[in-house]
Amino acid sequence: MNYQQARWASKECLEPLVFELGKAGRRGATLPPKIPAGVKIPESLIRKELELPELSEPEIVRHYTRLSQMNYGVDSGFYPLGSCTMKYNPKISEELAALETAACIHPYQAEETVQGALELMYKLERHLAEIAGVARVCLHPSAGAHGEFLGMLLARAYHKSKGKERTEVVVPDSAHGTNFASAAMAGYNVVVVPSNARGRVDIEALRKAVSKRTAALMLTNPNTLGLFEDEILEIAEIVHGVGGLLYYDGANLNGILGKTRPGDMGFDIVHFNLHKTFATPHGGGGPGAGPVGVTRKLEKFLPMPVVEFDPKRKRYRLDYDRPQSVGKIKGFYGNFGVLVKAYAYIMQMGAQGLREVTEAAVLNANYIMRKLLDVEGYEIKFDQSGPCKHEVVFSAEPMKNKWGVKAHFVAKRLLDFGMHSPTYYFPPIVPEALMIEPTETEPKEELDRFIAALKEIADEAKTNPEKLLGAPTATAIGRLDETKASREPILSWRAYKKRVAHA
Amino acid sequence: MGHPYIPNTAETRQQMLREIGVASIDELFVDIPKKIRLTHELNLPQAMSELEVKRHVQAMLSKNKPFTQMPSFLGGGVWPHHVPAHVRSLVQRSEFLTAYTPYQPEVSQGMLQALFEYQSLICELTAMDVANASMYDWATAVGEAALMCARVTGRRKVLVPELMSSERYAVLQNYAAGPGLEPVKLDYDWSTGQLDLSKLRAGLNEDVACVYVENPSYLGFLETGVDEIADAAHKVGALFVVGVNPISLGLLKAPGDYGADIVVGEGQPLGNPVSFGGPTLGLFACRDDPKLLRQIPGRIIGMTTTLDGKARGYTMVLQTREQHIRRERATSNICSNEALCAVAAAIYLTSLGPRGLRELAEICAANASYAIEKLGAIDGLEAPIFNAPHFNEFALRCTQPKLKIEKFNAALLKQGIQGGKPIRKEFPEFGETALLCLTELHTKADIDRLADAAAKAVGAKR
Repeated sequence: MNYQQARWASKECLEPLVFELGKAGRRGATLPPKIPAGVKIPESLIRKELELPELSEPEIVRHYTRLSQMNYGVDSGFYPLGSCTMKYNPKISEELAALETAACIHPYQAEETVQGALELMYKLERHLAEIAGVARVCLHPSAGAHGEFLGMLLARAYHKSKGKERTEVVVPDSAHGTNFASAAMAGYNVVVVPSNARGRVDIEALRKAVSKRTAALMLTNPNTLGLFEDEILEIAEIVHGVGGLLYYDGANLNGILGKTRPGDMGFDIVHFNLHKTFATPHGGGGPGAGPVGVTRKLEKFLPMPVVEFDPKRKRYRLDYDRPQSVGKIKGFYGNFGVLVKAYAYIMQMGAQGLREVTEAAVLNANYIMRKLLDVEGYEIKFDQSGPCKHEVVFSAEPMKNKWGVKAHFVAKRLLDFGMHSPTYYFPPIVPEALMIEPTETEPKEELDRFIAALKEIADEAKTNPEKLLGAPTATAIGRLDETKASREPILSWRAYKKRVAHA
Repeated sequence: MGHPYIPNTAETRQQMLREIGVASIDELFVDIPKKIRLTHELNLPQAMSELEVKRHVQAMLSKNKPFTQMPSFLGGGVWPHHVPAHVRSLVQRSEFLTAYTPYQPEVSQGMLQALFEYQSLICELTAMDVANASMYDWATAVGEAALMCARVTGRRKVLVPELMSSERYAVLQNYAAGPGLEPVKLDYDWSTGQLDLSKLRAGLNEDVACVYVENPSYLGFLETGVDEIADAAHKVGALFVVGVNPISLGLLKAPGDYGADIVVGEGQPLGNPVSFGGPTLGLFACRDDPKLLRQIPGRIIGMTTTLDGKARGYTMVLQTREQHIRRERATSNICSNEALCAVAAAIYLTSLGPRGLRELAEICAANASYAIEKLGAIDGLEAPIFNAPHFNEFALRCTQPKLKIEKFNAALLKQGIQGGKPIRKEFPEFGETALLCLTELHTKADIDRLADAAAKAVGAKR
């Protein structure tokens, strides 16, 4: 299959910036008439100038349609971005979240006028709690990292309630960068534990790393190598043994749905990424939603408000009467629009469907792993004796050593095949890492095409590395000067105009 | 039977298993210790077809009463506005909707350019030089701004207005707690709501990282002494942070023109639905100053060229500030943000243009003026409670003896009107008070209806 991304371009740029389009006097929206009423705002507070573009509606629609054509989403093709779970996003979910009864309700409306919204949140919470094996779930966090931050606040509140402030959070060396940053934001020092030769947490090192100072261990399971932490019960015992909590990074939950649950493994705090596991779109960066589940002993610390059901009055209500709550981490109650989509997804899948999601996702990853192991240029650094879970991490180190082609170039060349790159150079414990997560929504033929593409790239690396180093060429634009972009940053139209004026 | 989202049928799966020499699906899960393996299905409702889910969710949500079916006067941090049809239709373009963060710039120029345009438009609107590609919401943007100011100045105190939203303050407290910052509330003038300048000056010293004000304030009045506040803050080397409702900037002086170093705010009203309070869009912009630039949280898109220097292109920049590289020393842990809401904001601002945004702001302010006039004339009500200019929100006090604001609102609701947000719990000193919001959604008839219903609710003669 050939691929050529759309390209709207003149000599010096792709589609012009919106500031370079339109003409003074045009407008792209109409407004109702203003009622005559005296507005008493002193002249000194009134703005004198505002430079915004002036475009008509058709110009605007064409401009942003063209931009969208120079972008690549899951709907465009295969998107094996490891740890990001880029699965298909159902269209019905979009339709439901856009209903006026969802999009046009205000968070401060009288409770009797938002019973449907509260019911949806209440039920979504129950379903997520069941999926993760926890007692309660807070739906407020806007993203996974936001959930991690909340998790750390909960850990702090828990230890404080026990009368002991703790200072350290333990994180494996294979963890997502957010784990380190979230722990630090909550005021904890980060202690790193190494992985063992099997690509799992080194149990002996963990024993040494934990102490009475340990507030929590943050762990992703399956981990970022796509491997299940099979010593999880020992890990839990070690952390709980010193009075610490176990935090579950839910980025990889797609690898275990219906097979096992974080709560059953011994985790105390769990975050979900609804924009990964529960098929809500990632929107080119967000909005996401990162609900946080907790076991019974941490329930009282959850942010305010929580949704409760009053069986006598048959009414849902927002409960703010929570004296030990950590308070708030976001205005209002969470990214409700995203919650609607995740709820619709769960209702369409059911228990058996979610289990099949994981089975199909794990099979797809193992299929890629086994097929690619035979290809010269790629290898697996850690354990390959058993199965992987929903993703697999290859190393392009042999390719680099033999033919001088790094993982970066493999990733870029893949774009020419009409496929998105895997995550690369992560996790950092794998040199020349290519982290591949196919998800369950890809058919076998797409996986075969992907495997064939990686084989072809390896052949090119061996025989014609020049072609590789010039990639990508099928995209709207070729490789960019990213060093210059950060060294001489131009971050806005005003800054660009200034730059041009000075030049 | 197969599921429409899972292409590989049971037969294909068997074939794949055979090809890789695995006997069964179960064999792929042997690494999960038996003790924790689920032996039963999860306890979830029976899977539904698309039609059944559609009916189920529609029926559930139909128990909500949207503000499109009943005049509502709620704002207070998210504000209802009309979202032009083409804004939604464009952000639903699936190449935008179903993309991840634009890690691969060559194949993501569309999203990168749209976000660059968003950043540029926010800079124009706020009169700042740099904006990031979004924070989660206004409240977290305030938290991140406080952390940034502390890093830039090496100081710990964060001065905030007593009259800021209690929710935003609660979020700020949680963001401030980690590195041990100390938020301090600043007193206000009882009759005007204005920040008490003499008390501000008394509280300013070299421990202060920043002074934060909201303009328009949470309770709707304008902060008229912003120039003096900026000067006072800068005199002791503190940064000046301003929180805004961006719609107001169609009419009001931009924070960059009165000395703001950082501007935050809620971008939801720029083309995004209220949606029960989320997704929201945290605005974050600052002056062009290398000291500030190094400490900004979040994704930033920059303009660059192709490697040959010939063509313009866009990419994520300054990533060495971010968590995936800097880990525990990152400026923030944020990675997923509110990118699509930012694209909606860009399309919205472009659609209104300078004149449209001015007109919209004037309509909102005129509606609020008219509502103040009508409600203020009713015996038993007082509006606004502050003697100061207002934008599109104001506080309404119920002075009728023994009439609680919740009862007043309940009486409005009986007449098919959603009143303002009661703020007695946040600010008991103002008595039976609610915060009302007016936008272009309100017609003159809606406001007249509100006034009639309010008069009935307080039992007043008009």
